[in-house]
Amino acid sequence: MSAKLARRDHRAAWLFLLPVTAVILLVAVWPLARTFYFSFTNAYLDDPSAYSIVGFDNFIEVVTDHSWWIAVKNTLVFTVISVAIETVLGLAIALLLNSAIPGRGLARAAILVPWAIPVVVATKMWEWMLNDQFGVINKILSGLGLVDHGIAWTASSSLIMGVVIFVDVWMTTPFMVLLILAGLQLISPEIFEAAEVDGIPAWKRFWSITLPMLRPAIGVAVLFRVLDALRMFDLAYVLAASNENVMTVSIYARDRLISFQELGVGSAASTWVFLLVALVAIIIIGVLRLDRATGA
Amino acid sequence: MSWKSLATIAVSAVLWSGAAHAETISVFCAPTEFELCSSVADAWKEKTGNEAKINKMPALLDDAIPIYQQLLAAKSTDIDVLFLDVIWLGMFKNGLLDLKTAIPQADQDKHFASTLNAAKLDGNLVAMPAYMDVGLMFYRKDLLEKYGKPQPKTWDELAATAKEIQDKERAAGKGEMWGYVWQAKSYEGLTCDAIELIASNGGGTIIADDGKVTIDNPKAAEAIEKAKGWIGTISPEGTLNYDEEASRAVFESGNAVFHRNWPYVWGSSHKEGSAVIDKVGVMPLPVGSIGQKSSGCLGPMYYGVSKYSAKPNVAADFVNFITGPDMQKKRALKDAVNPSIPALYNDAEVLATIPFLKDNQQAFADSAVRPSGYTGTSYNRVSQAFYRSVHDMLSGSGDIKSGLKTLAARLEKLKESR
Repeated sequence: MSAKLARRDHRAAWLFLLPVTAVILLVAVWPLARTFYFSFTNAYLDDPSAYSIVGFDNFIEVVTDHSWWIAVKNTLVFTVISVAIETVLGLAIALLLNSAIPGRGLARAAILVPWAIPVVVATKMWEWMLNDQFGVINKILSGLGLVDHGIAWTASSSLIMGVVIFVDVWMTTPFMVLLILAGLQLISPEIFEAAEVDGIPAWKRFWSITLPMLRPAIGVAVLFRVLDALRMFDLAYVLAASNENVMTVSIYARDRLISFQELGVGSAASTWVFLLVALVAIIIIGVLRLDRATGA
Repeated sequence: MSWKSLATIAVSAVLWSGAAHAETISVFCAPTEFELCSSVADAWKEKTGNEAKINKMPALLDDAIPIYQQLLAAKSTDIDVLFLDVIWLGMFKNGLLDLKTAIPQADQDKHFASTLNAAKLDGNLVAMPAYMDVGLMFYRKDLLEKYGKPQPKTWDELAATAKEIQDKERAAGKGEMWGYVWQAKSYEGLTCDAIELIASNGGGTIIADDGKVTIDNPKAAEAIEKAKGWIGTISPEGTLNYDEEASRAVFESGNAVFHRNWPYVWGSSHKEGSAVIDKVGVMPLPVGSIGQKSSGCLGPMYYGVSKYSAKPNVAADFVNFITGPDMQKKRALKDAVNPSIPALYNDAEVLATIPFLKDNQQAFADSAVRPSGYTGTSYNRVSQAFYRSVHDMLSGSGDIKSGLKTLAARLEKLKESR
């Protein structure tokens, strides 16, 4: 290819990239930059045009607030436990679906149902199913004679985090299954056949072949889920409004920003959320060596 | 061009000009009042020819705050009339139209002066009162009669009556019966429920009118201690995550003896689907001890016009219509809601529907007002600090006395308005 042609190709590439770049600037970079900017001001939401610069005051205010650390703790507890359960369950279900059992296609479609329900709808549904007076879960438990009166699942401060994690696991395990299943189907069957011929036991085949080969798929799935879980808002908010026992960092930022109208402090909290998510993402990518595993 | 198509054009031109006179405005209404708002809109259309499109607000009223904020911050013309809680007026005053001149003085003067004055901010009339909301005690009059119990005067009497009837009903085979259902979710409603208990026990209203933080006192601690004892005994543990609608569901399915809620439950508990039609009585809230005032939480509701409405005059006319005597009477007759117009408190028809209305005038005078006057724009964070710490105390994870001390110190920092 001549230099002239290559230049023309480059120009065309830039031309094609232009709309995308403009859209990203508009919908991602601009709001993010504005949030950054406002986090250094004492602006309020009812009149965002009048403000002055206050330096790092807002950032300090957030990290010296007791509620913020409760929110950080809740978010981390929720993320670690829910993603761990989802990964194990997702792997197990994916392995089952990968083996040639009759009705596999149907099972694969059915398992996607929870993932397809909007979070708010699913949460409301579980809220009523778990209701202490009318809930079907309590009806079943008392019908089996396990409890003598309904358990208030969403009222007790120790149970409610469990409920949030449970509903999240119910909703997002299908996502894990899909990603891991896709990874499983990429592994060439010849490797397993060879291992079988060599007489290697099943658990060792799983441990030494399946798992290492699945690492990129599981890594990407875990990364997605962790980033998603760290900014979780809807599930906890619909279930318990601003109950401190399940308040996540996103709910904290929303409270400051919307309920209290503190645009400055709220933006600083959002920036902390952003930094937290970015930090965790970097750690996961580093630990799982995702950049190398995916061949990039 | 054929005659036929010319005629079509002529006809559509006539229709077009006719339609141009009738305006359409967009109105926010509480989800529990959707039917009422629709019928008001119909009446308004009949009178003026203009149309009001009703938008349902979220079930948790506080969730409307971000919607309003976005609409007002974007200077949106999509919405004309806003339904407002008294505690929001300070927050939204910059986005609300001054109705001082748009609504005739004579119509303004029909309302309770104190309620109207609460909507006068910085010399502007930002909203018009739609009705008075006050916390009330609903009860099963059939069950009280059956067991020969009088209306309880104090919270202790209520708890004792509730316990006795609950236990006897359960023994008689109604295993799902509870004594008392109320709201203790971690949300604005808990501020109301708690302030009622505390104020009627002589424990004040969190922050006094002059800005002094009063919540750290033994009377307040005693009231919260009492309420904590109810959960799990006469109130289901689920109370800690009940809002108005969740607790109403328990009462209206016939599974509770007493129920604290807003006046709308009088209407809803007499509608189809309720298991307690004609079995419901209502009374002012009990007091902590004899001699104290019954202190229902006061929450007048308002309608205001967005400053960015494209049809401010039509919208103001609708506000005046829906808050006027005829529509307030309709509201009173249909949903048993307390009017904000004193003349209606002597109306025979209204009194026939809400026999307890006369007492309520006293309840309004005695009512506990949330400290939104002093705290202004800081009200939400004060209220959240309050209901969160009360929720902690009720669910048993915190010591009440030391909790109130910590709370008072926090409120001291949060209370100032901007």
